[in-house]
Amino acid sequence: MTNYIGKAVKRVEDKRFLTGKGRYTDDIVLPGMLYAYIVRSPYAHAKINNIDTSRAEKMDGVVKIYTGKDIAESGINGIPTGWQVNFKNGDTMKEPPHPLLVADKARYMGDGVAVVIAESREEARDAADEIDIDWEELPAVASAKKATEDGAPLVHDEAPNNKCFDWELGNPKEEVDKAMKQAHHITTLEFTNQRVVPNAMETRAAIGQYEEATGKYTLYTTSQNPHLTRLLLCAFVLGIPEHRVRVVAPDVGGGFGSKIFHYAEEALMIWCSERLKRPVKWTSDRSEAFMTDAHGRDHISKAEMGFDKEGNVLALRVKTHANLGAYLSTFAPCVPTWLHGTLLQGLYVTPKINVDVTGVFTNTVMVDAYRGAGRPEATYLLERLMDTAALEMDMDPAELRLKNFIPPFDGVEQPGYQTQVALQYDSGNYHAVLKRALEMVGYEKFRKEQAEARKEGKLLGIGFSTYIEACGIAPSAVVGALGARAGLYEVGQVRVQPTGKVSVFTGAHSHGQGHETTFAQVVADRLGIPLDDVEIIHGDSDSVAFGMGTYGSRSLAVGGSAIVKSLDKIIEKGAKIAAHKLEASEEDLEFAEGKWTVKGTDKSIAFGDVALTAYVPHDYPEGVEPGMDFSSFYDPANFTYPYGAHVAIVEVDKDTGHTKLKRFIAVDDVGNVINPMIVDGQIHGGLAQGIGQALFEGAMYDEDGQLINGSYMDYTMPRADDLPSFEIDRTVTPCPHNPLGVKGAGEAGCIGSTPAVVNAVMDALRPFGIKKDLEMPLTPERVWRHMQS
Amino acid sequence: MVTNKFDYIRAESVDDAITLMVKHGMDAKLLAGGHSLIPAMKLRLNAPGVLIDIRKIQELRYIKKDGNKLVIGAGATHHDIATSELAHQTYSMLPEAADLIGDQQVRNIGTIGGSLAHADPAADWPGVMIAAGASVHLKGPDGERSVPAEDFFTGFYMTELQENELLTAISIPLPPEGTRSAYKKFMQPASRFAIVGAAAAVTVKGGKIERVKVGINGLADAAFAAGNIEKALVGKEPTEANIDAAVEGTGADAMVMADHFASEEYRLHLAKVYAKRALMAATQ
Amino acid sequence: MPTKITMTVNGQSVTKEVEARTLLVHFLRDNLQLTGTHVGCDTSNCGACTILVDGNAVKSCTMLAVQADGSEVTTIEGLSQNGEMHPLQEGFREEHGLQCGFCTPGMIMAAVALLDRNPNPSEQEIREGLEGNFCRCTGYHNIVRSIQYAAKKINEPKKAVAS
Repeated sequence: MTNYIGKAVKRVEDKRFLTGKGRYTDDIVLPGMLYAYIVRSPYAHAKINNIDTSRAEKMDGVVKIYTGKDIAESGINGIPTGWQVNFKNGDTMKEPPHPLLVADKARYMGDGVAVVIAESREEARDAADEIDIDWEELPAVASAKKATEDGAPLVHDEAPNNKCFDWELGNPKEEVDKAMKQAHHITTLEFTNQRVVPNAMETRAAIGQYEEATGKYTLYTTSQNPHLTRLLLCAFVLGIPEHRVRVVAPDVGGGFGSKIFHYAEEALMIWCSERLKRPVKWTSDRSEAFMTDAHGRDHISKAEMGFDKEGNVLALRVKTHANLGAYLSTFAPCVPTWLHGTLLQGLYVTPKINVDVTGVFTNTVMVDAYRGAGRPEATYLLERLMDTAALEMDMDPAELRLKNFIPPFDGVEQPGYQTQVALQYDSGNYHAVLKRALEMVGYEKFRKEQAEARKEGKLLGIGFSTYIEACGIAPSAVVGALGARAGLYEVGQVRVQPTGKVSVFTGAHSHGQGHETTFAQVVADRLGIPLDDVEIIHGDSDSVAFGMGTYGSRSLAVGGSAIVKSLDKIIEKGAKIAAHKLEASEEDLEFAEGKWTVKGTDKSIAFGDVALTAYVPHDYPEGVEPGMDFSSFYDPANFTYPYGAHVAIVEVDKDTGHTKLKRFIAVDDVGNVINPMIVDGQIHGGLAQGIGQALFEGAMYDEDGQLINGSYMDYTMPRADDLPSFEIDRTVTPCPHNPLGVKGAGEAGCIGSTPAVVNAVMDALRPFGIKKDLEMPLTPERVWRHMQS
Repeated sequence: MVTNKFDYIRAESVDDAITLMVKHGMDAKLLAGGHSLIPAMKLRLNAPGVLIDIRKIQELRYIKKDGNKLVIGAGATHHDIATSELAHQTYSMLPEAADLIGDQQVRNIGTIGGSLAHADPAADWPGVMIAAGASVHLKGPDGERSVPAEDFFTGFYMTELQENELLTAISIPLPPEGTRSAYKKFMQPASRFAIVGAAAAVTVKGGKIERVKVGINGLADAAFAAGNIEKALVGKEPTEANIDAAVEGTGADAMVMADHFASEEYRLHLAKVYAKRALMAATQ
Repeated sequence: MPTKITMTVNGQSVTKEVEARTLLVHFLRDNLQLTGTHVGCDTSNCGACTILVDGNAVKSCTMLAVQADGSEVTTIEGLSQNGEMHPLQEGFREEHGLQCGFCTPGMIMAAVALLDRNPNPSEQEIREGLEGNFCRCTGYHNIVRSIQYAAKKINEPKKAVAS
């Protein structure tokens, strides 16, 4: 069999994980390796008057202790951000330094102040307790809205009112105001899209290794993005030579965005290793991860949607305060702006949209992309508005959506859809996904059941959500114009070995997505060779030419397309060799099933024979180079736009406010599907995370900036018995602008599910009147209070 | 993830453990299942100098009938109790509660003695023990004594256990005929400890409640017996209306706890709901 | 002061000197290089470190190595027999019960214990039986399917013998 695309091929990477032979960063032990423990601020905001390490330095096994002062004196730069968003008036955003360890003051609970390096993990930990720090606690601010008020504590002196930037997109405010005035009904919501903790099951870890004899640096790190980490390390942070730096992201235990970014600990381990001439490893504890991994979401928004009498949307106005945390993480400025504001068209023909976002520094850990990144926030806002409007106008929420959907277009015969907020959607049939979801849920029947249940005092509810996302980021020129400081293409190299076996090098990184299988399916299918003849190599900057990493559901759409480009070059070159060997002209050949055949004859040559010829070019076409190895950079023509419709059914316990999710239906369109098993798995995982945000999860900082639920004893992770089996289906509308027709599946589940669940709870609570101010997560007490009010 | 340094000693018997406690004094801690102690030590919230491991003391691990009592050794794991036919026959709330503690891994190692001695106010056993009218048996250098469960829990992580005393067993008088029981728990969703847990043991004779005991944990700084319910229900028929009336005021005198999962007001409300649910399950 | 301990790990007897405070999970990972057992948290909730000690599933991050002195320990590395995957390993592969693979060893070991005690669990029993194990990738959907697959596979030959 060489026909792999579209098949549920079992994953080739599974065996090592199933037998305990995965190789994660913390599994790696290098000769002479030292262990680092980072001393962190217990305060959200505090001046460091003095650090006394003298007692700690005398502890058993301690090799060295560095503080923020040592870092400052070494003259290295801090961690940069990868995206620039300017103020509306054109001023550059505020970008205060983000040192590897702070010397003057800590700006969030968990900010690193010193690193202890010892012969063992235990000794490093013991010595850390012996460091005396004279702290002077300062007033702190954790809320993005409060931080912008006059008199709020300043996180950085150079950012007045803690504003990093303000930003606007869409139609001019006056046009939106005018449209709102004509509205028959305006639905208004004010809410927080709460801060969540990504919680990849593998905590972050980094090993820095400097080899004096060769001058080479190696960083093993839990990264979704090894090449970008290398670039930032070399060009911005440490100024070390990029050609002597190798970054390896081995098996990585989940990321969900939180491992895209270049973190201080990565640079710090390299910096320490260079000084100590020994490898140094740091592995985050879970408690440390809660405090220091970039969190997601944390928007405070006011959203208004105006409708005419028939329920047609006339206008949308959104004002958001986005919490960026204490420093700017790699993609932080981009998430609440270009990944949020641009998605506010949703699936609706809203003629006038204005979105206004203020990016705010607070005394909290950095906020950056978390599965969906901006798009879940946009979707939550739109879909809560839709369901609330339906209740207020006494319309059916499904009908209201169908009425306002953008009509179907394939992006080929019909052009892409130009939104009011800067994007051009590629292709879609939005009615189809919602209709399919309604069919699966048995909508009419459910409404009858619900009416019966209500008579018995039971609180059953149904909630809808539809979404669109911009994935596969993206055309480099476009993102550059929007403030990206890097290109966003991908690299795919295909090396055909002399025996016809194929090594593929991709700049995408797999940390659960199954690239080693999906990409191999594409390659085997295109070349007509067995899957087992293909090996996918990723995550090592010494092997892979370059890469932009895995996030934003981009791997297959961008990384897969880069591989296809190289495959095309392989096939083209192969044809020249085949033509020579078959003594035919290239035009007379066709390539299928792993061989070139002279059309209309049984004369053919197999792929393996062509490969061998390329490497043993004795009888070889003139002017053709030996070898078969092509590398391609693929820079997409547009984003891709997956979309879907999700439906949740819940039952609320009237006595306690506890919500039981009874059913969850998801119909997604992610374009063409290479491996349906893997795509389904991506959807499932995304759903659980989105449902988690709706019902369970939320990082809580108190007024003093203390993270009060930074452990699994207090932060609710969804467990198996919190969730039902999911009912999922898909429609397929190919992406018109990439060779695989794929759109991306990684974030879909997480984007659509959250508002569906919240809407379902609101629907369940309908007998108590129309309520709007229920904040996520919908904890039992919050729901119970809602019923009392 | 790294505890402080300590000395580890495995006690061979109860007497050995007591001798070791006397020898090492306040610096020592007993290690039973360790599922509260070790996590606390890893986070350096607790740093004993000596750990006396009592997990392998076989004389502490049993569930047996002794005359008119069920006796559970302090070393019995939650899983032992969850699967004990004897425990089930005595009070079905025993295995019911055991099964709601932590997860299978925790239940395999965590012990009833460790849980009671630790006296986490949100733990499940205290309420159940109170409802069962259990006595807690303690042994120290000066001999043995027993304390009714109702008096054993004195406050936030505080018990009647004195220095150098070891909790050896729990004895539960076999209930009179016509007794049924239930434990109902509203879980803190992250830790799955109880926000409120209610254990009810009810003896019904001739259609009337002859005896009722309700233990509540999670609500207050220590588990307690809901005397209001007892007072209101004895002699009454076990109807929903009577139960509704009886649970009013549950926890009114308690030192009610509050956290970000449940405020005082909500906890008090839940105490009524869960007391009712336990009573209904034990009577309907 | 180091303590000498002896235990049987995946069928092989090992004797090592450890500090009293060495957690069993660190003993397996650092001293025996059995890195298949993972550390996912520090509060005994996530279950990534689940192994079998004397046949029972335990969280090896919450047990001292010295406590396991004299015990029989099975880790994920010891689950395959003669190169044959255990039905649960096979089930996780067939039903796509893993993505990043980090929770997988603990999840499988917990599932081994679960099926040992209840060879024919309902979906609800499987879900409840996994309350001590977190997975952030799969939404548990396919983990449930994987365990159902294994249960079926384990029970099949028995049925054949019975009939």
